[in-house]
Amino acid sequence: MSRISKDQVKHVAHLARLSVSEEEVDMFTEQLDAIIGFAEELNELDTENIEPTTHVLELKNVLREDTVRESVSREDALKNAPEQRDGQFKVPKAF
Amino acid sequence: MSLLEKKVSELHDLLHKKEVSVMDLVDASYARIGQVEDKVKSFLTLNEEHARQQARELDDVLAGSPGERILAGLPIALKDNISTKGLRTTSGSKILSNFDPIYDATVARKLYEAGAITIGKLNMDEFAMGSSNENSGYHVTKNPWNTDYVPGGSSGGSAASVAAGEVLFSLGSDTGGSIRQPAAYCGVVGLKPTYGLVSRFGLIAFASSLDQIGPITRTVEDNAYLLQAIAGHDHMDSTSANVEVPDYQTAFTGDIKGLRIAVPKEYLAEGVDPAVKEKVLDALKALEGQGATWEEVSLPHSKYALATYYLLSSSEASANLSRFDGVRYGVRSDNSENLLDLYKNSRSEGFGDEVKRRIMLGTFALSSGYYDAYYKKAQKVRTLIKNDFEQVFNHYDVIIGPTTPTTAFKIGEKTNDPLTMYANDILTIPVNLAGVPAISVPCGFSNGLPVGLQIIGKHFDESTIYRVASVFEQATEHHKAKPQL
Repeated sequence: MSRISKDQVKHVAHLARLSVSEEEVDMFTEQLDAIIGFAEELNELDTENIEPTTHVLELKNVLREDTVRESVSREDALKNAPEQRDGQFKVPKAF
Repeated sequence: MSLLEKKVSELHDLLHKKEVSVMDLVDASYARIGQVEDKVKSFLTLNEEHARQQARELDDVLAGSPGERILAGLPIALKDNISTKGLRTTSGSKILSNFDPIYDATVARKLYEAGAITIGKLNMDEFAMGSSNENSGYHVTKNPWNTDYVPGGSSGGSAASVAAGEVLFSLGSDTGGSIRQPAAYCGVVGLKPTYGLVSRFGLIAFASSLDQIGPITRTVEDNAYLLQAIAGHDHMDSTSANVEVPDYQTAFTGDIKGLRIAVPKEYLAEGVDPAVKEKVLDALKALEGQGATWEEVSLPHSKYALATYYLLSSSEASANLSRFDGVRYGVRSDNSENLLDLYKNSRSEGFGDEVKRRIMLGTFALSSGYYDAYYKKAQKVRTLIKNDFEQVFNHYDVIIGPTTPTTAFKIGEKTNDPLTMYANDILTIPVNLAGVPAISVPCGFSNGLPVGLQIIGKHFDESTIYRVASVFEQATEHHKAKPQL
């Protein structure tokens, strides 16, 4: 039984902002199905009372004083922009 | 003997006595690159003009006073996911083929302040996703011991450049084995520090809870010098640990009498090449000869590490790589009608297949309806894997096993099946999940290809790792072998 359908792959690609050809949909469906199938071996383990690890070190919130300081200049911020106009990032129409 | 075959301390001494100049070292590095780079292809970008300028400036300074800076004037190269201001940084991806960082990564800044000279930027699997350098968006780096074979990955250029003698040492990054596996395949020394010991500021992120920058060198002592220069708390990385960094050179004065070594039975099980196993058992014998004892232990959740890692690292990657959208930096696709098209086209044209595959897997694992079953489940299993290590370290000083189940494989041999490729990392991945430090050191050859010994330590106990690795290095000759190019 397939664990992930072609429609799901297309939906995930949209969520990830990737455009995929029909060929790529076929390839990713097969490969993701195999990887997810492999990942399902984790279900052998009872983790009912196990806390998840999000981070290996005992870190608490790291705070600093909220002081005014220099930041990235507009020129630097735009240095790598593919297109810019009037000191701003330029993009095509949103809709 | 080439200048770059000497150790850090020897070169420092020669500079001090003015028997060589910084420019001599920089010349030696580019001359060697000129000789062997066609065969090895370690580099993505060279920094020759700036490096020579820096060498001239340093020679002027050193002429007056050689200074105490141990790394001053020594040629280094950096993996191309480490941001270098004004020096192209691609992370091995076409989507960043024109990216010119506006600041230095903390490690790059520290090396500059230490006087090390950046010779260039090194090839890698795209966004550090891969085990062979075959996923580079540019070219495939070759293993200096046999150029039909992969150098390992993702820090393949970092390991190959050091093994080939193009630079004295390099930095790599390790998310699931990306320093240790190529170090093993190329016969050099590679350390993944404790998570949080080295700042990740300016490292182009793959999986933020696992990524760690570390040194690749030819000797254990040099490795410690390089770690010393880059370790320490950084307020620019909120996950960087606020711990005191010890003097790692003191690790080289002690012996290992009474040292307790744990050898996980899972690390010498089926799937590990008998020749690799034999070299590891020889290494354990050598360590016994130096006064250590070893016993077999179990890390019972090892078999679940690979699946856990791919779910967690891909999930984190899918979030981290959302920043590449063709708007603020990177390559933008032409011909997009609207903003959504621009995102989709830029990303689809800019990313390679492996990166897309992992973004898809991660997006799926984090998506509504699947989050608990995959992502959260993997986080819980990560706890079990971490606990395995903690329990063993209650009774032992280090854990030892092979770095990889086999030696390097042939270029093109595993590219068709992602799962077979992923299995290379089965012995290195648990270390990243637990956040502990580990080194790979050369421990012999099989069919002319190097075998790596992995020594794993407790959190922030790099000193003990270095001590064991150094005693092993002194007791054996493996690190003296050099590839013929």
